[in-house]
Amino acid sequence: MICDSEEVAAKLTLQGVTKTYRAARGSVDALREVSLQITEGQFVCLVGPSGCGKTTLLNIVAGLDEPTGGNVLVDGCPIAGPGRDRMVMFQEPALFPWLNVLDNVLFGLRLKPNLGRRERREVAEFYLQLVGLQKFARADVHELSGGMKQRVALARALAPNPRVLLMDEPFAALDALTREQLYGDIQRIWKERRKTILFVTHNIREAACLGDRVLLFSAHPGQIREEFLIELPRPRDINSVHLAEHSARITRALKRHLTTETEAAA
Amino acid sequence: MTRHRWLVFSYFAALVALWEALARLGLWSPLVFPSPMAVGAYLVHALADGTLADATRVTCRRLFSGYILGLMFGAPAGLLTARFKIVQDTLGVIALGLQTLPSVCWVPLALLWFGQTETAMLFVVVMGTTWSVLIAVDAGVRNVPPIFARAARTMGSRGLHTWLKVILPAALPHVVAGMKQGWAFAWRSLMAAEIYVTILTGFGLGHLLHYGRELQAMDQVVGVMLVIILIGLLVDKLLFSPWERYLRRRWGLAL
Ligand SMILES: Nc1ncnc2c1ncn2[C@@H]1O[C@H](COP(=O)(O)OP(=O)(O)OP(=O)(O)O)[C@@H](O)[C@H]1O
Ligand SMILES: [Mg+2]
Repeated sequence: MICDSEEVAAKLTLQGVTKTYRAARGSVDALREVSLQITEGQFVCLVGPSGCGKTTLLNIVAGLDEPTGGNVLVDGCPIAGPGRDRMVMFQEPALFPWLNVLDNVLFGLRLKPNLGRRERREVAEFYLQLVGLQKFARADVHELSGGMKQRVALARALAPNPRVLLMDEPFAALDALTREQLYGDIQRIWKERRKTILFVTHNIREAACLGDRVLLFSAHPGQIREEFLIELPRPRDINSVHLAEHSARITRALKRHLTTETEAAA
Repeated sequence: MTRHRWLVFSYFAALVALWEALARLGLWSPLVFPSPMAVGAYLVHALADGTLADATRVTCRRLFSGYILGLMFGAPAGLLTARFKIVQDTLGVIALGLQTLPSVCWVPLALLWFGQTETAMLFVVVMGTTWSVLIAVDAGVRNVPPIFARAARTMGSRGLHTWLKVILPAALPHVVAGMKQGWAFAWRSLMAAEIYVTILTGFGLGHLLHYGRELQAMDQVVGVMLVIILIGLLVDKLLFSPWERYLRRRWGLAL
């Protein structure tokens, strides 16, 4: 489908996206006029203090929530609700406990038209292999560790072959060692499968490790404050010294914004 | 394990011994306080001449038909109240009200409507079961974490597919808990119905209990009470508990 728009060059476009939550005690500007363009194959990380609207933004791009104002375009077309072109990896694994690992990965594939039984099986097994869990295809969800669950969730999100992956602090609940492994995995998969990734995190080092671009968000109203380009060769090691320089730079900027915000509030 | 079994066994043996000892003390007339021997003798006799087996069969037939009808109505209705606000505010409110009504309160109405018939008894059981099942299923569906449906939507699931493949299975542990509660209510209502509705089409355990009182046969009263307890325990331990445990473990609701 071709939509008439000058911005077809971008995979994902946000135009003045605004989200206002109305509560009894007044309204919250979760997002105000957020504009952003992400080109195909880019890895973009979103960092910012808690409550600044990162999840809100991701849910709007996913089509799960409606913005109060503005547009989200994929390949120049406005989105209409959730779609298989944008898969989400939530903060909790959100796997279905009544299905085993393989059936969880098959869930999205079964809803995809034009796929035979055999084909679906092969695709699901391929992605389980990709995240290193082919031996656990028949396991129940409750038999997996937290890190394994996140891997299954990753395989489930990848299986319908979305062009865009939306990840909301997917590794926040994991220990450092498992996380490091998954940093490796996700960079490899991103490179091999040429995905466009929007990745939300609290962890600045993680953002610097994974992203081509790191967007710094500020709260109340939620807006993009600053953008950092990370031009380091891949695969990147979370413990590398060069990475530390970048994350220090972003941390300083974050602190600066936080202090100006508190001064403005005072 | 064996030590554990021994302790359990000794506990019940001691209980029976205490009962026998109390009976032998002769503080109360055996007419009001039968000894375990007398109750045992009644049970052996009733088993031998088939009264107990017949009564149990009659009772179970009524129980299962009423229970299944109650489930067939209550479970889908619970889904509807959870899904549609209008059903919740109409049928849901009625269910909430009727659920607070002890099932024995249905007996006078059932007698006036249907007379001393099987239908009256079925009616009481169905009324006792339906509302509690409805409310449990409704609560189960409402307790499904929204993240499941959201995740399903991103994968292209919509409407009926989401309900059948996500909401229902996600609510299953609660639905089974509701079925168990419904069973408990069905069992109580049936005993109330059998004690109050005297019909000739079948002599159930409740009737045995009732006639035990009429005949002042305390051994029969206590014996039948024991059988009723035993059936309740068996259904719980064999039918519901293993299911419940399995679901809770697999759904990650228990340790
Ligand atoms: N459903 C809602 N109703 C009202 N306010 C909401 C709702 N969801 C989010 N908010 C508000 O919007 C703001 C942004 O929330 P959001 O969840 O997007 O933050 P976040 O950046 O993801 O935070 P965290 O890093 O802690 O996950 C917060 O101030 C929050 O209070
Ligand atoms: Mg969040």
